[in-house]
Amino acid sequence: MSRIAGRFRELAAAGRTALVPYVVAGDPDPAATVPLLHALVAAGADVLELGVPFSDPMSEGPVIQRAHERSLAGGTRLRSVLELVREFRRDDPATPLLLMGYANPVEHMGYDVFADAAADAGVDGLLTVDIPPEEVARVNRELKRVAMDNIFLIAPTTPEARLDLITREASGFIYYVSLKGVTGAGNLDVADVSRHLARIRGHTGLPVCVGFGIKDAASAAAVAGTADGVVVGSALVDCHARALAEGLAPEAARERVVALVAEIRSGIDAAVAA
Amino acid sequence: MTIKLDPQLINTVPDADGRFGAYGGRFVSETLIAALAELDSVYRELSADPAFQRELDEDLAHYVGRPSPLYEARRLSDEIGGGRIHFKREDLNHTGAHKVNNTVGQALLAKHMGKPRVIAETGAGQHGVASATIAARLGLECHVFMGAEDVKRQSLNVYRMKLLGATVVPVTSGSRTLKDAMNEAMRDWVTNVDDTFYIIGTVAGPHPYPMLVRDFQCVIGREARAQCLAQTGQLPDALVACVGGGSNAIGLFHPFLQDEGVSMYGVEAGGEGLASGRHAAPLSAGTPGVLHGNRTYLMQDDDGQISETHSVSAGLDYPGVGPEHAWLKDIGRVNYVAVDDREALASFHRVTRTEGIMPALETAHALAYAEKLAASMRPDQHIVVNLSGRGDKDILTVADLDGIEL
Repeated sequence: MSRIAGRFRELAAAGRTALVPYVVAGDPDPAATVPLLHALVAAGADVLELGVPFSDPMSEGPVIQRAHERSLAGGTRLRSVLELVREFRRDDPATPLLLMGYANPVEHMGYDVFADAAADAGVDGLLTVDIPPEEVARVNRELKRVAMDNIFLIAPTTPEARLDLITREASGFIYYVSLKGVTGAGNLDVADVSRHLARIRGHTGLPVCVGFGIKDAASAAAVAGTADGVVVGSALVDCHARALAEGLAPEAARERVVALVAEIRSGIDAAVAA
Repeated sequence: MTIKLDPQLINTVPDADGRFGAYGGRFVSETLIAALAELDSVYRELSADPAFQRELDEDLAHYVGRPSPLYEARRLSDEIGGGRIHFKREDLNHTGAHKVNNTVGQALLAKHMGKPRVIAETGAGQHGVASATIAARLGLECHVFMGAEDVKRQSLNVYRMKLLGATVVPVTSGSRTLKDAMNEAMRDWVTNVDDTFYIIGTVAGPHPYPMLVRDFQCVIGREARAQCLAQTGQLPDALVACVGGGSNAIGLFHPFLQDEGVSMYGVEAGGEGLASGRHAAPLSAGTPGVLHGNRTYLMQDDDGQISETHSVSAGLDYPGVGPEHAWLKDIGRVNYVAVDDREALASFHRVTRTEGIMPALETAHALAYAEKLAASMRPDQHIVVNLSGRGDKDILTVADLDGIEL
């Protein structure tokens, strides 16, 4: 069983909802990432989602776009992201970690080369925003070879007829995009999310996490009861960037993020217990 | 060059998934897949509908002003003293470039799909102006995304779009040029997908855009083929067009692809020279990858990050190219070459002075290559150049490059 599947099984047995924080690798510099990942785990993260910087992050809102730009300016590239994961793994062999990014850096490295290097570094899953199931055959052949999960997005606009196609290719968990828009946008319609989750669960036994539009303890708590996991990205990236912009030292900026994650964690746990 | 092509081959692309050989496809976020599938099915239905075709033809005749003339550039040809150069005068279209052929078509699709709001990306501003124009005519709300860098160098077109009632959104992310405008338009579309139609300006993007933009631009080549036969009594020996995303080139080339004796040259922006690395010529000096919804040749670094491009012409300043061009390059049907900033500027002046036609700087790249080609040809041979746009929008840039203060 993959680290991701194992973690969701443990959580389900314990009656807990996963907290999945997202940060961009190398934001604002490579040295920031590994300590931040450890801090996220200490603050209650169950699964880590690490963004791979790309020059043209088409699905991101302004907060995460800027994080990609900072990361690239700091010299982070796909190969160095894998090195960061390797470094993280030295002290944390347990927490599942997936990479989220765009097709081109992975395609340019070669899907076979990537699969081997990522598995070797300790990556558990890959989410490529711009590779839909119709285009995924080449990627999945390589990911399956190294037993790496491929996490797919399902959107509010995904028609019923595509759900089987997507869930057939997916493993690890399903990432439900809670709104039409880019990352960090808009407000959550909880009833709508619940309806869609029920629809998705009619097609798959995979855990379903909800992301896009979750920014604090209240919005996380609102979906925690129906989702198997909650993804928080822009809010954390923004919190970290603001703290650094205020002139805080890296440790102090990390503490700000830790405080927010802990708050979201207790929001989720309280909602699930209620 | 003559190529033995299975005539059927040309009609097999794209396949149902939008693939041109290894290129094309639909590499977008899940949120947009349903909208693209809907567009594909509406387009297939309407393009087979004679009433829709009639509506489009009427717009092309009475609003755009088609057919555009095929004009023999006699003084230019005489001065070079080789093959005869003919201009397909897309600069005479309403709004001054080939772009409007496509926006008229896509706006009709938007109307039939009941979308009250259209968005567009633009580089030089020609596609933005063409979109704003057709939006004004149909009473659609229009937002045009334009790189902040391009907003500065194309201020006349920015003002034109505003006069037409469009909202121009300067894009400050990334390299602040056409590719970033396209990212931002995609982000807008994903957010407003229910009521918004995205009018993509070139033969790139996710399926079905490369196919439908090509189909709308093919009117250029269909007319040119008939005009050339009527005016010279033969098919042309060579076709030349500039290639940014590649819509004017595919529009000219496509109806001739099965004519074995017609050689074709797509001219990319060589910027400061291919050797300098500062250019916008992915077919000449790039490698395949995935950007903006399709697999194609790209300018990228060894990590797959998209490189910044450089060209005197904002409309060619794009790191990708339409997937059909990538395919045509690989099968060897079209030759892709590059012309640098300096050569393009020289040709701009030469054509302006000898023919009294001021070409767009994009077009000047094609003209510069046609001049070289003509010099190597006989006087009984004919070259058709797509005069894709007029150069009024570029005169401030030209003055600046020539060191003249206005």
